Amino acid sequence: MLIRRHVRSEPRASEITPREVYLARRDFMRGGLALGAGLLLPGLVQARSGNGLNFSPGPFSTDEPKTPWEDVTTYNNFYELGTGKSDPSRNADMLRTEPWSVVVDGACANPGRYALEDFLKPHSLEERIYRLRCVEGWSMVIPWVGFELNQVLKHAEPTGSARYVAFETILDPENLPGQRRPVLQWPYTEGLRLDEAMHPLTILAVGLYGEELPNQNGAPLRLVVPWKYGFKSIKSIVRITLAEEEPPTAWNQSQPNEYGFYSNVNPDVAHPRWSQRTERRIGEFRRRRTEMFNGYGDEVADLYAGMDLKKHF
Amino acid sequence: MPALWLGARTAGAFGGLGVNPIETLLTDSGTFSIIFLLLALSVTPLRRLTGLAPILRLRRMLGLLAFGYATAHFLIWLGVDLFFDWQLIIEDLTTRPFVMAGFAAWIILVLLAATSTRGAMTLLKRNWTRLHRLVYLAGILGVVHIVWLTRADYREATLYALALVMLLGMRLYWALRTPRKIRGEPARNGAG
Repeated sequence: MLIRRHVRSEPRASEITPREVYLARRDFMRGGLALGAGLLLPGLVQARSGNGLNFSPGPFSTDEPKTPWEDVTTYNNFYELGTGKSDPSRNADMLRTEPWSVVVDGACANPGRYALEDFLKPHSLEERIYRLRCVEGWSMVIPWVGFELNQVLKHAEPTGSARYVAFETILDPENLPGQRRPVLQWPYTEGLRLDEAMHPLTILAVGLYGEELPNQNGAPLRLVVPWKYGFKSIKSIVRITLAEEEPPTAWNQSQPNEYGFYSNVNPDVAHPRWSQRTERRIGEFRRRRTEMFNGYGDEVADLYAGMDLKKHF
Repeated sequence: MPALWLGARTAGAFGGLGVNPIETLLTDSGTFSIIFLLLALSVTPLRRLTGLAPILRLRRMLGLLAFGYATAHFLIWLGVDLFFDWQLIIEDLTTRPFVMAGFAAWIILVLLAATSTRGAMTLLKRNWTRLHRLVYLAGILGVVHIVWLTRADYREATLYALALVMLLGMRLYWALRTPRKIRGEPARNGAG
């Protein structure tokens, strides 16, 4: 007999809005107008690249309704391409992704500089449908395509003293308009503790909805850490560094009292300027309660055993 | 006009309200409110610079538009964004300075709108002018509200702040330059 174990991070069947209701709600909000908008503003309707990826289904995926492709690819925070939510999709062409190389260095026995193709070659791709919770109070459900970061780290062979992993986004102020203004310290940097980086939930994504990542979503290679606020999932990565000390991270440098190094999704720790108790799932009318670790507590709570998460926010 | 435009977009025209419609309604209503408030505040200096007295008639209309959009902004926040979740609303109102500043600005606009009639002017006499000087405070609180809620890109907030500093600065300059006896009232009351 097959007994389906209920994983707490997955929604109960009763919590899932029936598909018809979900679609009808979108109709109410704006659905019927997609056609009208398409006729008025054809440039805004994003076509998929058509560059399909080969992948298999992976573990940890939620079966919550996915946020539509159009929303995932037109509502982005990617300050290198502009600070407005629709700037990144509008300015997507300004990000040059070819040629692309990734450096792996720092406290490891096997550092290297790889052309993107060579960097990706050893890894078979999986689909991971994860919730994404932005620190601003909105959320999405996104079908990423990628592979576990721990594969890259194991290959790099971290030394015994490596305790953190630092990430860096491309620096290209000539082409990236956002990097010509000091909104944040460029290049954008992020970091994880080594055990967080090794966790099987943590992936490097190269695709979305089975297609290559659009530039505005962090092409060609981005991090996805689903139990942390979205800004931790750094986009368009060019460097991965094994580090002995906690690395500097962009938002933490900008506002240390507002954005901590850990930045785990936590409804009980408010952003100093707004509550984190609730979030608006894109496409839904009512706010919903935000869950501890974005609902991935069963998988990751152990990483923080004994830590005061109000202090290490 | 902006209301018609927002309404039409809510009904789906011009590409609708985007991916996060409630956020769009909230920010756009707030933006229109601060813009109309700054426009209302620019009437008096403009009249003084150009000598065009008839534009004074615009002041009440612009002020009422600022009040109208601020009210829409407040109601969207209360009833649509937070959907009457009183626990969250009270938490926001008591612990978040940017919410407090915005709320205080709205309260002032309510007071000013309620006393914007000719009848109220006659009734309150000189106190009407004193009361309506609170509009300067509403402008300051409105801009502070925007500065405090900004995450990192201060371009828009800076624009509002510069406009406000200019508009209030001109008044202060004129007030300090005008000898007391010409104004015929004690200095502590300032100039209108």
